[in-house]
Amino acid sequence: MGVRSFETMDGNEAVASVAYRLNEVIAIYPITPASPMGEWSDSWSHEGKPNIWGTVPLVVEMQSEAGAAGTVHGALQTGSLATTFTASQGLLLMIPNMYKIAGELNPTVFHVATRSVATHALSIFCDHSDVMATRAAGFAQLCSASVQEAMDFALIAQAATLETRVPFLHFFDGFRTSHEISKLEVLSDDDLRSMIDDNLIIEHRERALSPDHPVIRGTAENPDVFFQSRERANPFYINCRDVTQSVMEKFSEIAGRSYRLFEYHGAPDAESVIMIMGSGSEVVHEAVDYLNEHGGKVGLVKVRLYRPFDKKRFIESLPSSTHGVAVLDRTKEPGGPGDPLYLDSVAAIHEGVVNGWGNLKETPKIVGGRYGLSSKEFTPAMVKSIFDNLSNEKTKNHFTIGIKDDLTKTSIDHDPEFSTESDHVYRALFYGLGSDGTVGANKNSIKIIGKNTSYQIQGYFVYDSRKAGAVTISHLRVGPNPIHSSYLIDKANFLGCHQSVFLERYDMLKHLVSEGTFLLNTPHDANNIWDQLPLSVQEQIIGKKLKFYIIDAYKIARKSGLGRRINTVMQVCFFAISQILPKDKAIQEIRKTISETYGKQGDEIVNMNLLAIDNTLDNLFEVKVPDTADGAIEVPPAVSEQAPRFVREVLGKMIAGNGDELPVSAVPPDGTFPTGTAKWEKRNLALDIPVWEPEICIQCGKCTVACPHAVIRIKTYEPNYLDSAPETFKSIEARDEVWKGLKYTIQVSPEDCTGCGICVDVCPARSKTETRIKALNMLPQPPMRYEESKNWDFFLSIPETDRTNLHITSIRQQQVQQPLFEFSSACAGCGETPYIKLISQLFGDRLIVANGTGCSSIYGGNLPTTTPWAKNNEGRGPAWSNSLFEDNAEFGLGFRLSIDKQREFASQLIKKLSSSIGENLVDEILTAKQKNEVEIYEQRKRVSALKNKLKGIRSSDGRLLLSVADMLVKKSVWVMGGDGWAYDIGFGGVDHIIASGKDINILVLDTEVYSSTGGQMSKATPRGAIAKFASAGKNTPKKDLGLIAMTYGNVYVASVAMGARDKHTLRAFLEAESYDGPSLIIAYSHCIAHGINMTTAMRNQKAAVDSGQWLLYRFNPERTAEGENPLHLDSHSPKIPVEKYLYMENRFKMLLKTRPTDARRLFSQIREDVKSRWSLYDYLASREFKAEKNIQSDR
Amino acid sequence: MDLSTTYLGMNLRSPFVPSACPLSEEIDNIRLMEDSGASAVVLYSLFEEQLILERYELHHHLTYHSDSFAEALSFFPEPSEFHVGPEGYLDHIRKAKSAVDIPIIASLNGHTIGGWIDYAQKIEQAGADAIELNIYHLPTDLDQRSEDVEQIYVDILKAVKSEVKIPIALKLSPFFSNVSYMAKRFEQAGADALVLFNRFYQPDIDLEALEIHPNIILSTPHALRLPLTWIAILYGRVKTDLAATSGIHTAPDVLKMLMVGAKITMLCSVLFQHGIEQIRMIEKEMLIWMEEHEYESVKQMHGSMSQINCEDPSAFERSQYMRGLLTYMPTV
Repeated sequence: MGVRSFETMDGNEAVASVAYRLNEVIAIYPITPASPMGEWSDSWSHEGKPNIWGTVPLVVEMQSEAGAAGTVHGALQTGSLATTFTASQGLLLMIPNMYKIAGELNPTVFHVATRSVATHALSIFCDHSDVMATRAAGFAQLCSASVQEAMDFALIAQAATLETRVPFLHFFDGFRTSHEISKLEVLSDDDLRSMIDDNLIIEHRERALSPDHPVIRGTAENPDVFFQSRERANPFYINCRDVTQSVMEKFSEIAGRSYRLFEYHGAPDAESVIMIMGSGSEVVHEAVDYLNEHGGKVGLVKVRLYRPFDKKRFIESLPSSTHGVAVLDRTKEPGGPGDPLYLDSVAAIHEGVVNGWGNLKETPKIVGGRYGLSSKEFTPAMVKSIFDNLSNEKTKNHFTIGIKDDLTKTSIDHDPEFSTESDHVYRALFYGLGSDGTVGANKNSIKIIGKNTSYQIQGYFVYDSRKAGAVTISHLRVGPNPIHSSYLIDKANFLGCHQSVFLERYDMLKHLVSEGTFLLNTPHDANNIWDQLPLSVQEQIIGKKLKFYIIDAYKIARKSGLGRRINTVMQVCFFAISQILPKDKAIQEIRKTISETYGKQGDEIVNMNLLAIDNTLDNLFEVKVPDTADGAIEVPPAVSEQAPRFVREVLGKMIAGNGDELPVSAVPPDGTFPTGTAKWEKRNLALDIPVWEPEICIQCGKCTVACPHAVIRIKTYEPNYLDSAPETFKSIEARDEVWKGLKYTIQVSPEDCTGCGICVDVCPARSKTETRIKALNMLPQPPMRYEESKNWDFFLSIPETDRTNLHITSIRQQQVQQPLFEFSSACAGCGETPYIKLISQLFGDRLIVANGTGCSSIYGGNLPTTTPWAKNNEGRGPAWSNSLFEDNAEFGLGFRLSIDKQREFASQLIKKLSSSIGENLVDEILTAKQKNEVEIYEQRKRVSALKNKLKGIRSSDGRLLLSVADMLVKKSVWVMGGDGWAYDIGFGGVDHIIASGKDINILVLDTEVYSSTGGQMSKATPRGAIAKFASAGKNTPKKDLGLIAMTYGNVYVASVAMGARDKHTLRAFLEAESYDGPSLIIAYSHCIAHGINMTTAMRNQKAAVDSGQWLLYRFNPERTAEGENPLHLDSHSPKIPVEKYLYMENRFKMLLKTRPTDARRLFSQIREDVKSRWSLYDYLASREFKAEKNIQSDR
Repeated sequence: MDLSTTYLGMNLRSPFVPSACPLSEEIDNIRLMEDSGASAVVLYSLFEEQLILERYELHHHLTYHSDSFAEALSFFPEPSEFHVGPEGYLDHIRKAKSAVDIPIIASLNGHTIGGWIDYAQKIEQAGADAIELNIYHLPTDLDQRSEDVEQIYVDILKAVKSEVKIPIALKLSPFFSNVSYMAKRFEQAGADALVLFNRFYQPDIDLEALEIHPNIILSTPHALRLPLTWIAILYGRVKTDLAATSGIHTAPDVLKMLMVGAKITMLCSVLFQHGIEQIRMIEKEMLIWMEEHEYESVKQMHGSMSQINCEDPSAFERSQYMRGLLTYMPTV
């Protein structure tokens, strides 16, 4: 065999490295947590890395997982070795093809990083609900439990599928295994070659469809033979069990690691046995060892091959002494007699007893339990309580573990203090900010340790689901023996707090062991730091006798040229203090790693990191800990005491990081949450916030329209409100004529602002005497936090400006409308949220939103910060829901049809009851146009009067009318999502609803890339842009979705870019909503995935339009009826070279650094694209039209 | 008619040399320059700060928001190799050399000793016939002394000169207290030619936005007076070749520069305004003029109107300035 190397990598890379080397066609679609497998494959393919047969696999990104499965199916049918990677909903989209692939006995392996299937809510985290949903499809299901196993099983699955012809689904736990970094023995090409029999590949090719030896496959069958045909495949599945076991044995001979279909571990005379699959089995493994060392008689059956389920081998795996078996499922089958693995085990044991299989002395008691849904922690303490439950006389069946079910009493308790952590394992925890490089540093550290010692290592990283100010927690274990601890660290030897503000938010020291080490990044020196610590922190440092070190990492990072990335600094501190490696050796290795990591980016980048190393060691200090805690700082509550009870008691716990403590009864049964709760989490993310200069301000409203977070707002009001204003509250005379005599204020919410600075960048007003001073200027937040919070509260108490009097097409007037989308967790400076906020201002009180999965569904409805969607003072506001990624358009159409039907029914009933209601009111209600704010306001008053009258009508019709009467007021239905949805996976739905003619508004937040999953190419990605799956720059031009929609003729279509012309955006939104038919708005949304400066991102939008790369237009079918051309081209012909725009964005510019020749070719083509697209639109917009009065009748 | 000249030890068929500008970014343009009569080409500049800045920028964007969100641990694919050094420029030199027969002069623009040496060596290895050093130091520090600024120029020149064998032309600033003294120092430091003069970045103001805007403007014919004056003064007094750049738009402009002592005349703005083929027009006009005035070669006129060779050397002195002022009559 070739020489194998030991490397540190995560589960995704481990699996991809085998799958890539064993396949020829790889069809993928991004989905968390499986995306990196596809990304690795794409990257290797672009670098020309061959598979074991010396040819470079083709990697293709499809429009959906259904598309990926279809492509794999086609590739298999024509004789190639093909694979795909997916998870969760993606796997569910593959099910129809899985039945086909299995039915036709195509050898393939689908690699799945398991993830919860969305139910009442989406979750990106791990359970087996996705895999379980496919267990009837006919795929063999092979489960790996660790990173090493994931690599090994990728190979075993491929060898077994070729030999058995049964397709395999190889799965491993999302995040826990897919993202865990571990040291593993990497299988060499020779290992792979030894395991794969080329003859089987040749047989596969011989079965392929080919005109040279034609057959047909995929026929339609009738009742006469379909059944028999299904049974015809039985031998393959029977054979599959033995073959898989023999492949495992062959693997053992080659690689030295033995696996069995059902693998027993534990005491030979165990009485209690847990049966489990996935990473949870590692936890049970550790607990079993511990318990047996302490006098227990327990064991564990690890399920490797779940389908086909080998009942006999399962029974045979159990020790004869077994009294009880607890079968643990990581999925939930509501309403079933038990969860799947439990039911399989019950059936197997029953059959085993009947047939006399195995050595069991008695029929064991068997119970089922559920654990770990959505990556809920599963620990040795829980394992112990499961064993305790088994040995209990009154064993609870169908139990849950890890939660407190106070509702249906399913849960069993566990002792959180019970621990199996070994003294030989060094455990370190790090709290960092997403942007400070903490995770990157820890990944490097763990690799350094893995490479330079014989230690086993484990790195696991917990991320925030909020994008602005995201918190990361790194869990690192190092030890001499294999690490089975697939759970979070609760008893750390070392804790690094990389952001001192976290001390006020999280009780992190509770995770440190006595006499552990605490490292804090702080601007304070060793003499002053103690007084800056919250009292509870001081108490724990003293009580636990912690060693306490400090470093001013930001100062050193700045001094070294690293800006706000403190990764290298903190990494050096960790090694210097922990002494896991000798200090000099560690520093030498950090230097080496820096050169390897950054060398390709240039000497400057290497040098500034090396400089940081030198600067760090001189500035790391141990703090002398006083004997008494006397701190004056108390940790504030997670949310204000003023917040509603649900927010305080439920959301507040989640915000404080204690959501695990919430019992079942505390959470809603159906995923319904109140809106307007984001305002209760004051995150204080901004280092600097905008400060208003009233005398310089021209009151244009550009700052508020551009603000992605709705933290800067305008009000106009009567001067007498100022009587009770706080002292520092700013105000000035309103300049607009309609507000003559009123006062005007622009106010910032200091604790909600993210400090993105976009408002300052777009502010056009400068001081006449010092042009560097604008009407808004960024200044440090901390000194202003208290005063400005008071000012913000006062500002909110001023009544909202009357909406019915506004000149709505003027930004300066429109911007006083209250945003009903506020303080979302989007990235600081997000390019999408300003559009959503604008919709909420314009139509929020009558708005219902269907939101496709993606960034907007995460920042729009992500716990614990649900929800930025808010209510006005009358209690009205947007109602919002996310169904799926692929069905969003159809979901929104359902809203429309439902509302239309209820309005129609209300109209029927109101006519029927007109004599009781009053004919005039009925007539007014039914003939109301509701085309503008005033008319809607009047209708609302009429419906209110109607509802009052209905309260007195006790008939069935009256009560039914009351339930639907609100539908007589216009409802604005918006379907929104990103380009991945609208251009790719949901395009069929988008196409269908615009063809429906229904009054529905579609907003495409076009970032030209899959932003939420980390920048994969979509069909909206422009030519020449680098993205994942387009690492050589996208070769084809952007799909023209607007032009496609225009071909229907009766669809309102607009292309907007707020940063280029905000007034145009406003106008398009108003026209789209007012248009009585389908509307499609494609909104240019800048994104961090573009590689841009987010503070000045609105300039990128302007450059995109000025260069002709993005067009502004409105296609309004209503104009056709007036004899006008429906298309208005609203942007000018290109006035700057497109290169000027391209060079502003790393997604284009990077290509010059990676593939300069391709870049020049593609940039030249982009120039031509711009010219030809402009010419086409110019031609279309300048055509003469004749009146077509019948256009409306098409709908 | 003999238009040939020598520059940096190279025999050139004419004095027409396109100066460092973006036109030479395209190989096709370089071919066209040769076809239109250019006797050599100074390539567009390799900017020291640009390379460094781009590295920082790339690093920033590759790390920004990375490892922050569970779903998006990065936003860009990370290739195994980046061309963050001068590879593109060096490749361009190689392509230019194989595309044309005329000499290719590379241009290095920077202001610190930094990576120059390395770049200069690589440029030489890539096949450039010579290097034009454009030392672009814009002192804004009130405490930096003039002699320190001057020393920076000399140090960079010496450092580069000591590392390469190909000739070095130094493109310099007119803003020295004594240009002649500096010319002498550069000669002593090993410059093979002096290019007079560099046009400094002079930003503009956007009155609507009240912002400073980088706004490169093309040279006008009036700009040629400054290099003309100093070439005339320096000719015959320093041994280095002199090259004229700025404001050379027509055949008479070329003739004047040659007469005051320029070995070559560099063309840029005129090529942007009228196209690269304009070189041919200028050559044609020059030939007509030379025929009309019975010149046989460029060498004949070379330096003929320099301060040391002209009829009235004081024409280049301060007294003429006063005379000019006193006799100035505005046209109304």
